[in-house]
Amino acid sequence: MAKKATREAYGEALKKLAASNPNVVVLDADLSGSTKTVEFKKVCPERFYNVGIAEQNLIGTAAGMAIAGKVAFASTFAMFAAGRAFEIIRNTVAYPSLNVKIAATHAGLTVGEDGASHQAIEDISLMRSIPNMTVINPADCIEAEKAILKAAEYVGPVYIRLGRAAVENIYDDSYEFEIGKGVELRKGTDVTIIATGLMVQKSLKAAEELEKDGISARVINIHTIKPIDKDIIIQAAKETGAIVTAEEHSIIGGLGSAVLEVLSDSCPVPLKRVGVLDVFGESGKPDELLEKYHLTENNILQECKNIIKQKK
Amino acid sequence: MNYEDLTLITHKMRENILNMIHTANSGHPGGSLSAVEIVTYLYFKEMNIENPTDENRDRFILSKGHAAPVLYSALMEKGFLDKGLIGTLRQIDSKLQGHPDMKKVPGVEASTGSLGQGLAISNGIALANKYDNKSNRVFVLLGDGEIQEGMVWEAAMLSSHYKLDNLTAILDHNGLQIDGKNEDVMKVEPLDKKWEAFGWHVIKADGHDFNSLEKAFEERKTIKDKPVIIIAETVKGKGVSFMEDKAGWHGKAPNADELDIALKEVGGDK
Repeated sequence: MAKKATREAYGEALKKLAASNPNVVVLDADLSGSTKTVEFKKVCPERFYNVGIAEQNLIGTAAGMAIAGKVAFASTFAMFAAGRAFEIIRNTVAYPSLNVKIAATHAGLTVGEDGASHQAIEDISLMRSIPNMTVINPADCIEAEKAILKAAEYVGPVYIRLGRAAVENIYDDSYEFEIGKGVELRKGTDVTIIATGLMVQKSLKAAEELEKDGISARVINIHTIKPIDKDIIIQAAKETGAIVTAEEHSIIGGLGSAVLEVLSDSCPVPLKRVGVLDVFGESGKPDELLEKYHLTENNILQECKNIIKQKK
Repeated sequence: MNYEDLTLITHKMRENILNMIHTANSGHPGGSLSAVEIVTYLYFKEMNIENPTDENRDRFILSKGHAAPVLYSALMEKGFLDKGLIGTLRQIDSKLQGHPDMKKVPGVEASTGSLGQGLAISNGIALANKYDNKSNRVFVLLGDGEIQEGMVWEAAMLSSHYKLDNLTAILDHNGLQIDGKNEDVMKVEPLDKKWEAFGWHVIKADGHDFNSLEKAFEERKTIKDKPVIIIAETVKGKGVSFMEDKAGWHGKAPNADELDIALKEVGGDK
């Protein structure tokens, strides 16, 4: 199957928005070729604004655009959006709940060769801790494009996490995306894998392997980490009795933490988190990094087997 | 409106500010009082704003958000905000947050308070207005200590790069910040050369003199294809003798006795 990065889907979605929504403006901080906002610039240069290498300015300017009635998409790498501009996002965008969409690309370890300085593995944690913020992490290009189009319709701040590396599509064009609604991709009764982003594909493969060993694993895609779909998580906990979460993000504060918060409030069951183990990454090819930092389908599979032993 | 009428408004503005901060028993009198003439001139002479929701209004962004009382006071004198709220500044359940909240107060154009962000916000509004071919102007008030924030200079570059002649910044140059004089804490001079180097047209004014302010804002109208900054020389705590030019009154409320003296001095009790 042809693979494509979710940032490519962002470029495609922006081209559609250029034609369909005259209120959309796009801002970038000198990374338009990488973030794919250049696709918008090509078809709609009059509504494209480069702010230079100045991420605080990127978010502040987008906030002003939103105050003036625009749907402002602001893009840079996730490290510099969620990281460097955190406080501007918190105070100037989210506090007054402005209509700014932060489409942050190059998230996670799979930035690859640029190394730890560019690998945002804390962004979900940072963004979901801010009141009023919606946090979306699409699994494939179909989902990414639909999520961006939905985010443009939604009124309020949204953080959309996009990747550099190409990923396989798990959905087809008939897929209907709804903000805040988890998706059960595979039925199962022994354990549930709750995944987000490119770990969804790996979770589906892990579930196929588990089936060969007679283990029935449910797979849920949580594309919206905030507001999170509590119902689908609680139902999975009740019906399968064990959860493994999988994310290309630190195990601190991301999807795993969000799921734990839901379960500790409502239905505690044994849970294992597959994610980056509170360490920085390094340079390397995306697949090498995922292997070294324990983000493979085999890691998910092993955690499923481990957690099943802990079930009451 | 003539200068005498504007001066009468400044009396009320200062009275409101002092009463608000005294009742709250916290807040920032120094930087609120230094901006009174500037904000009064903007709301009662310069800006096109007859109601806070008019599509075509000029917008004022208080980047130095800790001077919230001067903004609330202007909105009250303008009739956009209930004067009965004076005693609620910084109190629980009040609209009058310690720093301006655009969701709570009609007329507050942006939520500010974290320093250094107002110019970028103003740029965004000015860019959008230009795209929409709207003639609305944007005015943003910066503190002189505030421009030590790096983000101000990111934004300053953008304003001139995009030739934002619908944007005017006013620098409330009172020379003081929390820890003392600008020149001791972190030198900000030479202000004119810095802003000119960033592509701005610089106008100097006396920030407490309406004649000087009027000249500055009239000169502004003649400048095309450039953002303009009016560097307004001001006195922190202006109008209250014991507060004037004292860094200690940056963030301290007057007690009852001090309030009595202060109100007499600003002419607000007449």
